[in-house]
Amino acid sequence: MIILQAKDITVGYTEVDILHEVSITAGSGEIISIIGPNGAGKSTLLKTIFGLLKPRHGTITFKEWDITGLKPNMVVRKGISYVPQVDNVFPSMTIQENLEMGAFIRNDDYSQRLKEVYELFPAMAERRKQKVGHLSGGQRQMVAMGRALMLDPQVLLLDEPSAGLAPVLVSGIFEKIRDINATGVAIVIVEQNAKEALKMAHHGYVLAMGRNVLDDTGDALLANEEVGRLYLGG
Amino acid sequence: MVELTIYGIVLGSIISLGSIGLTLVYGIIRFANFSHGDFLTAGAYVALFLVTGIMAWIGIPDTNFGSLSFGWRMVIAFPISMAVVAGVAILLDQILYRRLRAKKSGAVILAMSSLGAAFIIRMIILILWGADSLFYKPGLMRPAIELPLGAKIRPDQILILCVVLFLVAALHIFLKSTKMGKAMRATADNKELALVTGIDTERIIIWTWGIGGALAAAAGILYGIDVQLHPYMGWNFLIPLFAATILGSIGNMYGALIGGLIIGVAQQVSTAFLMPTYKLPVAFIIMILILFIRPQGIFGKE
Amino acid sequence: MEIGGIIAYLVSFAIMAGIYAVFCLGLNIQWGYTGLFNIGIAGFFCIGAYASAMITTPKPTGIYAHYVHQIFGLNLPFIVGLVGAAVICGIIAFLIGIPTLKLSEDYLAIATLGIAETFRLIFNNEHWLANGPRGLMGLPQPFQGLIDPKNYNYIYLVIIVIIMVVIYIAIEKAIRSPWGRVLRGIREDEVSAAMSGKDIFHFKMQSLVFGSMVMGIGGALYAHYTKSISPDVFTPLYGTFIIWVMLMAGGSGNNKGAVLGAYAIWAIWIGTKFMTDFLPYTLKARAPYIRFLIIGILLEIILIYRPQGLLGEEKKVSKMMD
Repeated sequence: MIILQAKDITVGYTEVDILHEVSITAGSGEIISIIGPNGAGKSTLLKTIFGLLKPRHGTITFKEWDITGLKPNMVVRKGISYVPQVDNVFPSMTIQENLEMGAFIRNDDYSQRLKEVYELFPAMAERRKQKVGHLSGGQRQMVAMGRALMLDPQVLLLDEPSAGLAPVLVSGIFEKIRDINATGVAIVIVEQNAKEALKMAHHGYVLAMGRNVLDDTGDALLANEEVGRLYLGG
Repeated sequence: MVELTIYGIVLGSIISLGSIGLTLVYGIIRFANFSHGDFLTAGAYVALFLVTGIMAWIGIPDTNFGSLSFGWRMVIAFPISMAVVAGVAILLDQILYRRLRAKKSGAVILAMSSLGAAFIIRMIILILWGADSLFYKPGLMRPAIELPLGAKIRPDQILILCVVLFLVAALHIFLKSTKMGKAMRATADNKELALVTGIDTERIIIWTWGIGGALAAAAGILYGIDVQLHPYMGWNFLIPLFAATILGSIGNMYGALIGGLIIGVAQQVSTAFLMPTYKLPVAFIIMILILFIRPQGIFGKE
Repeated sequence: MEIGGIIAYLVSFAIMAGIYAVFCLGLNIQWGYTGLFNIGIAGFFCIGAYASAMITTPKPTGIYAHYVHQIFGLNLPFIVGLVGAAVICGIIAFLIGIPTLKLSEDYLAIATLGIAETFRLIFNNEHWLANGPRGLMGLPQPFQGLIDPKNYNYIYLVIIVIIMVVIYIAIEKAIRSPWGRVLRGIREDEVSAAMSGKDIFHFKMQSLVFGSMVMGIGGALYAHYTKSISPDVFTPLYGTFIIWVMLMAGGSGNNKGAVLGAYAIWAIWIGTKFMTDFLPYTLKARAPYIRFLIIGILLEIILIYRPQGLLGEEKKVSKMMD
């Protein structure tokens, strides 16, 4: 069942368009990976879906709603959460407070959800009173994801979660993403690390110069020679 | 010298109240609010209106509490004035700054607009009360209490310190423990992420103006109790307020508290060597030095 | 009122507005073309006026020296006073610029405000400098012997217009030069301008100094028009704020706008005087505050509804782009 669909998105930050008629589709509970060279517009696509940018053309549909042009604070209420690539935590606040901020718009008792998120990230539970600014990059990334999960989203948008992380931490992050997906959350992930991103993807999209170039299942793309040459480092 | 320091702490605590509000506005709403000084003036004058006007009319007694220079009237007028100025600050935001924000105006245009607002507030006060200095209680004797080390302090001033402490503590609890307080801290920390989290940043902005305005009003009233009221009182505080805010690192409420105390003491101690009218340049020089040596303030990151 | 009186009134209006126009032209260099948020105009107003005053009057001697204190008095002609005011303001702008131009825009504003207020306080308190709060009086006017004092203002108006035109042409030439294009580039996008290899700091400094020199001339023109100056003239209200309203009203980034704004706002200012003349007696004392309230509200309206002012920014700035 299709849960999120972006169709023919044309968008840019100024008069110059970054994306030209880009489309992606995500099914419920799937992992969708978007790869491609730098400057392809992958991050721009996520921002547009989340409402940080308004597309010039195209539509974005989430479940039964047309959310094109909807502001971020409304999009997040519908059930989509977004983790930016940088500046994705509140550094002067503790881990616990970061998660509480994630749950800010909830009016119910979310202690159960808090427990579930801590179960997903046990290392965070031990240090819940620590200020996030003092944590390492990898730990911060976990907090950023945990924050986004506090609202029980059905779709999680991740912008380059492994960026800037030491190689030894990268597999840990991707494992966590799989764990999150296992709880039923659909994930749309934009990644530089194309190999890992495609390994766990149900479906993958290759973007270049702001356009769709290729899309197929994750395995098919991994096996594709050209993709391998251009994006997977041989 | 001890006496100067003690009075410097009293003055500094008043500056702190003002600069805590200023630093919140600067940190969360991201522009230099040039009308903050006039919020102080407005608070003092609203209290004056209540104490000498309305309350006399209603018939609340005018007697002082013991050796303090005020009584029930001021106790009732104080929070009301804070609320009124909070309302004025919010109103200015809704009429002026929100429109400019929607047009994506830069920080300079917002600052210019706040400069205009400062003059508007001051002109209204000048129209209503004229340019003379006024007092909450004219002609009052103000006996001082003797302290060790030959210092003196007035009962009023002890109360000022208590009030400042109380307000700072209340703000601290608010920011640490309440949902709105945490959301304000989050917005100051990372405004874009707060938006992404779904926090309604417009509501945060309204709360910030309200708290900033209320604290400024409190500072103005306390200064009026201690010294006097005149329409330029707040504007004369503007440079010291900015100096304290920058010294304590923008957005940091505890920094503003300490910054205010430092500026206050520095200003008072300087009167041992310079004429009192040079207190403003003293604050200004400190600010320039900080901007030169350590622009992120005492508590800022590199 | 007979025609002679009306004309005389208009002449003095035109002179005062012309003086403010000079200030607006100076501010336009700093703000309109370079984006420097200078709210310390009153400081340069003050220094320019006092510099020219003391250059053109003799140092008091004898009994007179008991009543009037001046740090120096050169008794030189008016034109030397003008040039001296410009030079001194330029030097002071340079010294101020060294620590402050590296700051971000709003910090720069706070710094300029503090400096202007400090200057005013120093002039007010240090009596040996320029007679403290009493100020300096009896300032000479150029060509004053030539004509009946009743009609002197016509000469001064001509002088003002000439100086205004000269400054206008000088600025227009400078703005259309490669130097001017860099300034605009800085205002538009400082980061890109820096990346294209220009030394931003030097350009900002030149803009600050050039603009301040023009303001110094304005201060000198004011001093010799009113013939007496004192520190309470150079307040943030009359010496800074009103000039900002004038520039924003006329159009920042546009020299014609600067001049137009000065005349328009000064006309409104004078107009409000007529309005407040109708006030009941009890409010008459508050009239200046009511008038300034109107000016303040006017600024807010301009910022919200027409921030580009009457004329907007000049479209073509470089000959090469035509």
